[in-house]
Formats: sequence, structure tokens, C-alpha cells
Amino acid sequence: MKRFIGFIKKEFYHIVRDKRSLFILFGMPIAQIMLFGFAITNEINNVDIAILDHSQDATTEEIINKISASKYFSINQFIEKESDIETIFKKGKVKAVLNFEKDFSKKVIKDHKATIQIITDATDPNTANTISNYVNAILIQYQKELNKDVIITYQIVPRTRMVYNPELKSVYMFVPGVMTIILMLVSAMMTSISITREKELGTMEILLVSPLKPIQVIVGKVFPYIFLSIINAVVIVILSIFIFKMPVQGSLFLLALESILFIITALALGILISTISATQQTAMMISLMGLMLPVILLSGFIFPISSMPLPLQVISNIIPAKWFIIIIKGIMLKGVGIQFIWKETLILVGMTVFFIGLSVKKYKIRLE
Amino acid sequence: MKTIIYIIQKEFKQIFRNKGMLPIIFMLPLLQLVILSNAATFEVKNIKFGYLDNDHTSTSRALVEKFNASTYFNVLTDFPSKAIANSAMLKGEVDVLLQIPQYFQRVLQKEKNNNLGVTINAIDGAAAGVENVYVTQIIQRFNQNLKIDLLQISDQQIQPINIETIPLFWYNETLNYKTFMVPGILVLLITMITLFLSGMNIVREKEIGTLEQINVTPIKKSQFIIGKLFPFWVIGMGLLTVGLILAKVIFNVPMIGSLTLMYFYTSIYILVVLGIGLFISNFTETQQQAMFIAWFFTVIFILMSGLFTPIESMPKWAQTITEFNPIKYFVEVMRMVMLKGSGFMDILPQLIKTAIYAFIMNGLAVWSYKKTN
Repeated sequence: MKRFIGFIKKEFYHIVRDKRSLFILFGMPIAQIMLFGFAITNEINNVDIAILDHSQDATTEEIINKISASKYFSINQFIEKESDIETIFKKGKVKAVLNFEKDFSKKVIKDHKATIQIITDATDPNTANTISNYVNAILIQYQKELNKDVIITYQIVPRTRMVYNPELKSVYMFVPGVMTIILMLVSAMMTSISITREKELGTMEILLVSPLKPIQVIVGKVFPYIFLSIINAVVIVILSIFIFKMPVQGSLFLLALESILFIITALALGILISTISATQQTAMMISLMGLMLPVILLSGFIFPISSMPLPLQVISNIIPAKWFIIIIKGIMLKGVGIQFIWKETLILVGMTVFFIGLSVKKYKIRLE
Repeated sequence: MKTIIYIIQKEFKQIFRNKGMLPIIFMLPLLQLVILSNAATFEVKNIKFGYLDNDHTSTSRALVEKFNASTYFNVLTDFPSKAIANSAMLKGEVDVLLQIPQYFQRVLQKEKNNNLGVTINAIDGAAAGVENVYVTQIIQRFNQNLKIDLLQISDQQIQPINIETIPLFWYNETLNYKTFMVPGILVLLITMITLFLSGMNIVREKEIGTLEQINVTPIKKSQFIIGKLFPFWVIGMGLLTVGLILAKVIFNVPMIGSLTLMYFYTSIYILVVLGIGLFISNFTETQQQAMFIAWFFTVIFILMSGLFTPIESMPKWAQTITEFNPIKYFVEVMRMVMLKGSGFMDILPQLIKTAIYAFIMNGLAVWSYKKTN
């Protein structure tokens, strides 16, 4: 036991003496969560649009004013002819053009019917679709004003209540995701690198011939990182509560336990990576190239999993980050207790056991 | 010149002899391109929908039937009580909940208007907004049908004014996400591979001690750097080629613009990435440090590139930061040229900025590389 403690001490010294890595280890998660918490949003606002107004009369002016008053759009320019649309789209700044037909007011008064084309640059389908929906909503509002005197019969009005996030803030969506990504990648990358580093530099041989048992070597290697990752997790949670005003509806204690569980899962994955790779380079490429995009894309961090094709929904189940995101959102935003998330917790425990079991099986006490 | 060729030869041999790395360099990115491009969609469908029918009349059933018929909603169960519905919401089994009050039909017939309770899980604010639009649309259509079914002639005195909108989705009529995401994800993969490889390369020689051996040879600074970076440049261009072929064959992404222009831009862009990688390599002592820094910048570059979330919606200060993000320019150029057929003049601003960036980064990298310790 004394030897083991000595070994852990050695590992701590390794980390603490490497000031540059330490700075990165603590500075970067903070910088990232601040940056992303404020900057990343999948809301659409201030989209540049252009107007092609063939009528230029009172009604179109009124509609244009309504559009430019909304926070979603800013009118970038007025164009004269259809052929200009292609040119401005190719430059890329303007995302949509509203095309008013000729004699707009006249048609509204005479035929009670007029047409606006919403031409969107649909290379970004999400933005295009949202723009089209927002313009429609503004026009429906405007029509209601015009039709005040017409009695509309049989109206069912939905009373919508947005629960868990009434202001529809995208921070609520992204902070749990960023936290997961940081914990996952930092933990997996750090352990896999620090173990393969000893292999590559040849010092692993020295450790293997020491009286320490292999399991003690591994646990000793991982232990300091558990400690560091917990500090990271605490800092991130504090930042999200005080700076991004994320509520913690559920129990903080449960959140802490689940975070530690997830950190251990990620570290176990790191150990597994280190047992199958010979050099730091390989370990790093596996943990960065192999984990970064799948964790960002398949965890439900940005894109809703339920909209993905079925095979990908199945694959997403093997991403530990997916389960942790469900757990944090549950605890922080919905305020659920363990009775609602025991399934997710069990899955994480199962994954951890699996990773550790596989690494023990693959771990070689001899170097080739 | 001869010296450079020898260094390049050495580097290529090193890369191709490392059997563990080869699949990671070539297979992993392409596999991810093929699989992950399918995952990136903001489309909201298969919405988990549940309802609570306290009325049990023909009207309430007709309304639920409308949701059932919609392709967006996966109608789950008819919840017998509010408590059960709430707990399903907490468990995440249902995201949209429709509550039809008692006497719904009777009130509607008598007062001609009525309220419906809709509860939406809004943790994903953007999806909740879209779900709300879908619910409203379905109910509006239902209202219109009611009008046709129940309207009396006397009601139809004044015809309401109708401003019709015709949405036209240019360049991507079916709103296919893959054509949007494939070029972007290809950009990411090229960037990550070239950045990680170049960032780790020189620092690895430092850590193992072989850099010192090279330092005492007559190889010049510039020769060494060119020799080191050229193989990665080739790998990057190779990935672009294979990626474009996959994009065409598997995803049928339109390629309207000029391929030459794409290759020309990419050839300059990779220089930027390699310059950054080399610069990181020079300023770090161990591969671990180098990778942390590379990782930090890639995560920031990826999430602030406009690839997944629009840059225009970011606050002004964040938009200023994105000006320094090379991935942003690459994503823009790829999408513009591939999907819209933008020409040389359209992408000139991005091209100039990238070229300046390449010049500065490589200048810094050469300057900071020292042959002595």
C-alpha cells in the first residue's frame, strides 16, 4: 500500500510539474465553456435578406416595415430585377429574397389575394426553412390585422406551454453537451496518452519489473486524472450555474455522483485505448479522431437523435456521452431523481465494467 | 532540392511503415464521412407525441387522428391520467403532450372557439419551436375543415384577405441535409488529420531525441520544414479527392462549381493548417502538450465554423472571433463552390484571407523553429 501511495505521488508530481499541460488542462475547459455557452446557438436571428419589390406601394411598404422590425431579419439591400438574386446568393451573405408581385395593393383591395415569393438559399436547409416559417408567421399576423372585421368561425386555439426551458434558451441545450465533451475527451485522451507515453519512452518496462502489480500501476496512473477531472467538472457546473443561470432542479449530490461515474467511464475508455496502441501518436489519433466527431454528432449534443436514420440511432447507444447528456439534462433541467435515470446510470456502469474488463484482458505485462 | 526529396522519402516511408496509423489516417476519416453525415440533421421528425383525451367525442378523436396522420408525429399512447403523462415526460418518453379538456366538443359548438392545452419539452429550444409550428399547423388545418363542415352561409359575408406566400428553396429544393453537411464534414476531417499529424510530427522527434540528430546535419531549416510538411499536404489533397468521390457516389451531392477552384483553394488552405500544426510543434516539449493545444483549437474551430450552427446568430464579439477561424472560410468556400457554383470572384475575399493566413502562420512556424536548443 505504501508503495502504491508512492506511485500515486509520482504521478501527481508528473502532472503538477508540467505547468504547460496543467494550464491547458484547467484553462481550456473554462475558456471553451465560456465561449460556447455564449456563442453557440441554433436560433436564427439577424439574418440578412434582400427585397425585390415590383410594386413599391403602401401595402408592400407596410409589410417590409414589419419584417425589418422583427429581430429575426435585417434588410441588407433592395434589388431591382430577378437576375440579381443569383448574383447575391453566390456572394453568400444574403440568405433570402422576398419577391413582391406587381400591383400588390391593388390586388389586395380588388381580389383580396396577393402573392409573395420567399426565395431562400437552401444550401443551409435549416436556416432556409426557418426563414420561410418566420416570414409566414409575420404575414399571418399582418393578415389578422387586415381581417379584423371578418368574423372567423370555429377556432381552436392551442395554448402552448414550453416546459423545462420556457424561454427556449439554447444555452440549456449546449452547456450539458459541452460539459460532456470536455470531460469525455480530456479524460480519455489524458489517460491513454500518459500510459502509452511510458511505453514509448521505455519507462513502462521499469514499472513492470517493479513489485507493483499491473492493476496498481493502472489505477495509480488513472487516479490523479480522476481527481483533476472532478475539479474540472466542479468548475464547469459552477460556471453554468452562475454565469449561464442553468437551474439545478434535482439533487446536486446525485449530479456529483453521476459525473464521477461518467469520468470513470471515460478514463476506462482511455485505458482501453492505451492497451491497444503502441505509440502516443496512435493513442492520440484514436482518442481524437475516433472520439471527437462521434461524440459531437451522435450524442444528441447538437442534433436530435430521434431524427436520425434508424441504424444511427442504434449506433448512438454505444456512445457513453449520449447517456450522460440524458442524465445531466434530467437532473439539472427536469429535476428528476434516480428513479427516472437508473437505466441510463446502469448502462454507464455496464460500459465501465466492459472497458475495464477488456483492458485487463488485453493488458500485456511483458513488452515484445 | 535533392535533400528535400530525401527527407520527403523518409517521411513517406515512416508513415507507410506504421501499420497502426495507416487505417487511422485513411479509413477512419472516410468511414466517419460516410456514417456521420447522416447524423447531422436539424430536421425534426418522429416526434414523441402523447395525448390526454378527457372528452372522448368525435371531434376530439378526429383531432387526434390528424396528428396520427402527420408524418412528423409518432403517436404514442392515450394517457389515462395527468400524473402518468407527467411522469412519461420526465422519463423522456414523450416530448409533446396534447390535453383535450372535458366538454371540448360541446364548448366548441356553443361558443365557436375553444382552447387546447399543449405541453412541449423545450430543453432543445430550437426543436421545441419547430414542434410548436407543426402543432399549430395541424390545428389550423383542423379549424379550416371545421369551417367547411359547420359553416353556415350567413357567416360568409366578407371574404378575408389572403396574402399567399410561395416558398422557393434554391439550390436544394428538397431541403436535403446531406448535401449541406457532407462538404462541411469533409472539411473537418481534412483539417483534423493534417493538423494532428503535423502538430505531432516534429515534437515526436524532439521527444524521442532524433531531432537532435537531424539538427547536426547540414539540412537547412527551410528544407527540413518543406520536407516534413509536403507528405501531409499530399495526404490532405488525397483525402479531398477520395472524399469528393464518396460525396458524389454515395450521397450524390451536386458539384456545380469548378473542381479546379476547389483544389486550388484547398491547396492553400492545407498550408494554413500545416503552418498552425508546425507552430504548435515548435512551442511544445511533448506530444501530450501538442495534442492538448491542437485539440483545444480544433474544438473551437469546429464549433465556431458555422458548420453546425449559423454564425450570423452569434453575438457580435463571437462573430469577430470567427474571422480568425480558417475552418470557417473552408466550409464557406466548399459549400459555395460545390452547391451554388460560385466562381473565382465570389470566393476572392475568402481566398485572400486564407492566403494571408497561410503566409503568416508559415512565417511564424519557420521563424520559431530553431536548430539549437
